[in-house]
Amino acid sequence: MRFLKITKNDWARGVEGLKDSFRVFGPVLERSHFNFRPLEKGQEPDFSFRNTRLSPKSTVYPQSEILFTYTLDKSRPDHHVHKEPPRDETPRAILGIRPCDAKAFGLVKLNFDTPEYKDPYWLSAYEATTLVGLACDEPCSACFCTSAGSGPFDEAGLDVLLKDEGDHYLVKVLTEKGGKLVSAAGWAGEASGAEKAFVDGAAVAAEKITSFVSADKLAGKVTNQLHNAKFWDDVAFSCINCGTCTFLCPTCWCFDIQDEVAGTDGVRMKNWDSCMFPLFTLHGTGHNPRGQKTDRVRQRFMHKLKYFVDRYDKGIMCVGCGRCVQHCPVNIDIRRVCEIMNEYEPEPETCPA
Amino acid sequence: MENPYYPYPVRIASTVIETEDRNLKTFKFEFLDPADEEKFSYMPGQFAELSVTGKGEIPIGIASSPTEKGFLMFTVNKVGVVSSALHNMVEGDIMGVRGPMGNWYPWEKLQGKNVVIIGGGFAFTTLRSSIVYMLHPDNRKKFGDIHVVYGARSPGMLLYRDELAEWERRDDINMHITVDRADDPDWKYNVGFVPSITEKNAPKADNDTYAIVCGPPIMIKFTQPVLEKLGYAHDHIIMSLENRMKCGIGMCGRCNIGMEFVCKDGPVFTLEELNRTPREY
Amino acid sequence: MTEYTQKIREIAKKLLSEGKVDVVIGFREGTVPLMAEPCLVSDPAGVDQLVFNSFCGVNLANYLPRRKDRIAVVAKGCDSRNMAQHIAENQINRDQLVIIGAPCTRMMDRRKVAAAVDGKDITSVAEADGRLTVTGPGFEKVLDRESVLQDNCAICVHVNPVLSDEMLADPLPEQEKDRYTDIREVEAMTPGERYAHFEELLSGCIRCYACRNACPLCYCPTCFVDESKPQWVGKSIDPTDTLTFHFLRAFHCAGRCTDCGACERACPVGINVRQFTKKLEKDCKELFDWEAGMSPDVRPPLDTFRPDDPGKFIK
Repeated sequence: MRFLKITKNDWARGVEGLKDSFRVFGPVLERSHFNFRPLEKGQEPDFSFRNTRLSPKSTVYPQSEILFTYTLDKSRPDHHVHKEPPRDETPRAILGIRPCDAKAFGLVKLNFDTPEYKDPYWLSAYEATTLVGLACDEPCSACFCTSAGSGPFDEAGLDVLLKDEGDHYLVKVLTEKGGKLVSAAGWAGEASGAEKAFVDGAAVAAEKITSFVSADKLAGKVTNQLHNAKFWDDVAFSCINCGTCTFLCPTCWCFDIQDEVAGTDGVRMKNWDSCMFPLFTLHGTGHNPRGQKTDRVRQRFMHKLKYFVDRYDKGIMCVGCGRCVQHCPVNIDIRRVCEIMNEYEPEPETCPA
Repeated sequence: MENPYYPYPVRIASTVIETEDRNLKTFKFEFLDPADEEKFSYMPGQFAELSVTGKGEIPIGIASSPTEKGFLMFTVNKVGVVSSALHNMVEGDIMGVRGPMGNWYPWEKLQGKNVVIIGGGFAFTTLRSSIVYMLHPDNRKKFGDIHVVYGARSPGMLLYRDELAEWERRDDINMHITVDRADDPDWKYNVGFVPSITEKNAPKADNDTYAIVCGPPIMIKFTQPVLEKLGYAHDHIIMSLENRMKCGIGMCGRCNIGMEFVCKDGPVFTLEELNRTPREY
Repeated sequence: MTEYTQKIREIAKKLLSEGKVDVVIGFREGTVPLMAEPCLVSDPAGVDQLVFNSFCGVNLANYLPRRKDRIAVVAKGCDSRNMAQHIAENQINRDQLVIIGAPCTRMMDRRKVAAAVDGKDITSVAEADGRLTVTGPGFEKVLDRESVLQDNCAICVHVNPVLSDEMLADPLPEQEKDRYTDIREVEAMTPGERYAHFEELLSGCIRCYACRNACPLCYCPTCFVDESKPQWVGKSIDPTDTLTFHFLRAFHCAGRCTDCGACERACPVGINVRQFTKKLEKDCKELFDWEAGMSPDVRPPLDTFRPDDPGKFIK
């Protein structure tokens, strides 16, 4: 494990240098909030953010992505045949990603990189990406990362972890990929003894987390009992079935495939989709297996907190970033729902007297 | 890296209108590149995404059998945007097929067993594939008795009528064709709903007899108790599900029933397995 | 506000125990500061979760269409106008409703509060005497309530319910206000400037449909953006498709929108969605002297034809 100390001037110079060989993404203030965007020449990532409004998933998994192009022009020899557009495999660097969001990539990878099938779009983008994390010294009151399998200094999924020390950063190089980025940026000053700063920082930051979920009993629940529990109507009542929670979430991966044609040129594309939308599961016949609002709300929470837990044995499909908690327009709170699910005991079967 | 979203280009080799309401059409496809046919190695019960360039994709059960070479066959009900566009396509048109996808009927487990196939309406496609597969000279001896209960609203709504007649004439398969009602005085098969014809004709349950059920929800709903009454254990009742799908490879997130993806972990499940999952299909 | 809470609980308890209604729709305490969650209570024992405060901005009329039961519902001025609108549009029957009217002291905008403390983490808020005390780790700030009102509330001219069966307090004085200064600015732009303005305005849209789904008017069984035969609008975040969605939605709300602000309040990326609906509201006011939802008995102007309607397009 290598530790470096870089001044903020070196940081800025290094970031600029990186742009020669990397597509560099960083938090940028847009109107009222931050988002990860590609950084132009001369533009620095703005580390005054707490976290971005949208998760950084779009850096690897854009909201709309072209899978294939084709022509419907029958005079062309290859008409109606799908062609993969060239993929931009330029290395990417995400600067300042929070540890929770980096951890999320690892959970999403379970979906897109399976023994049977690999999603080449997601995977090639992910593999081209170096994640430079910024440790959370001041976690927010809605953050519950430490009980969602992550933490303010969590290194899982990161290639480099930065710790802000006022006039300089301490840098922990975690992977070979991280090492390459650090060299490309020209950051060199070794910092012996920095390990302690990270260990101490992690402990101090974890102490500041005030929000928690209990998920320990979820794996032991019987799926159908949880599914049929009576609490779902109350949980779902206020939901308006918008896509805010799913679109802001770093671990939500569901998508739609759509064809769009202009004239004779067409594309097949992948767009983010949401289990909140009735159209998501609507059959051609009009039948909808999740036709009611409660069905859809239940699907979202059951997927994250039960199905995922059972399928992969890697904990819950949530990293505790708190975005859905803060931005749900009607204040549906996954922490509350997780608690209800975790504590649920099936109603005892009543015997007729 | 293989791209699982890539549809193999195919040419429509033939189209046949199957039913009197003209809503069901059978398409045979030939691969533009013969090497793709090699890659598209499938078993009865699997499905594929039919990819109408410019319109989108639909998941459709494969109606041909792997014992039939040189083409793929699908029977498509005209329902939505893609199936309607497909119905308007003609011989020679180019489109795509992506797959094969999903699991298949448990042919290994069914070796040496009696099989009763119960189908209704246009859900007979993968059942046709299965029958053709089992009746193939290389395969027939691997199975015990074969019963088929197949019903449709009327004689004109039955799929693959020439083949049904041919199978009726064979002595190594017991056909029980039925219609809800027949105006045709010459109709020589059963009249009645699939569940009651099943009750009358299905072999009694034992450990060596499996039922494969595929049909509209209403048929399944009423056939299940009949099979239970006949003594079929839930792990001996095999069903094939449909759900809205997009990717077909377990990634896009919509077709799940509990933790199982119908597209990848299914579409074939035993009733015993389904009992453990939420009924979101 | 505590008086409102107290009274809501009393009324809810009475209505439920006397069997006058099947359910009560109101708000419960939020799990995070500056929020409240719409909730449904059907057991008299559950009325103590009901609250009312300055963060009950969600329009509860949104939860009424297609309900078959007898409902008591808490209604601010705007909510009650949307209920009147629902009644006029046959989305709910007047006799299904017991409207618990809340003369509205205007709702606060959680994003403005957050901005007023430079985006710092807020752990609690307390409201008293027209001021909001905001606290978080290492800071406490007192804000003038007026400075953090929702934009639509700041210019609201109908804070009192137009329909009610119970009232939580005496009606409050209504203000006189020029509601359309921002719209006139957009109207004054050249077509090119205006297009650029709209493109910029919507550039952050992620098509999550929170604006549409929070809107009580958007009760269509299938929204035009979700139609597939024909598919009117693409599903990506293509700017033209996004513009089409917002424009068409606004037109669909013309003469029906009460400027309750639900759309803007729900938007996770802070788009001023009301710019579109408000332009149409202004047109309806100028052309038809119409304000939506003031009576359950009058159908909105674009839903009716009168010989003296302005414009010649239909004559």
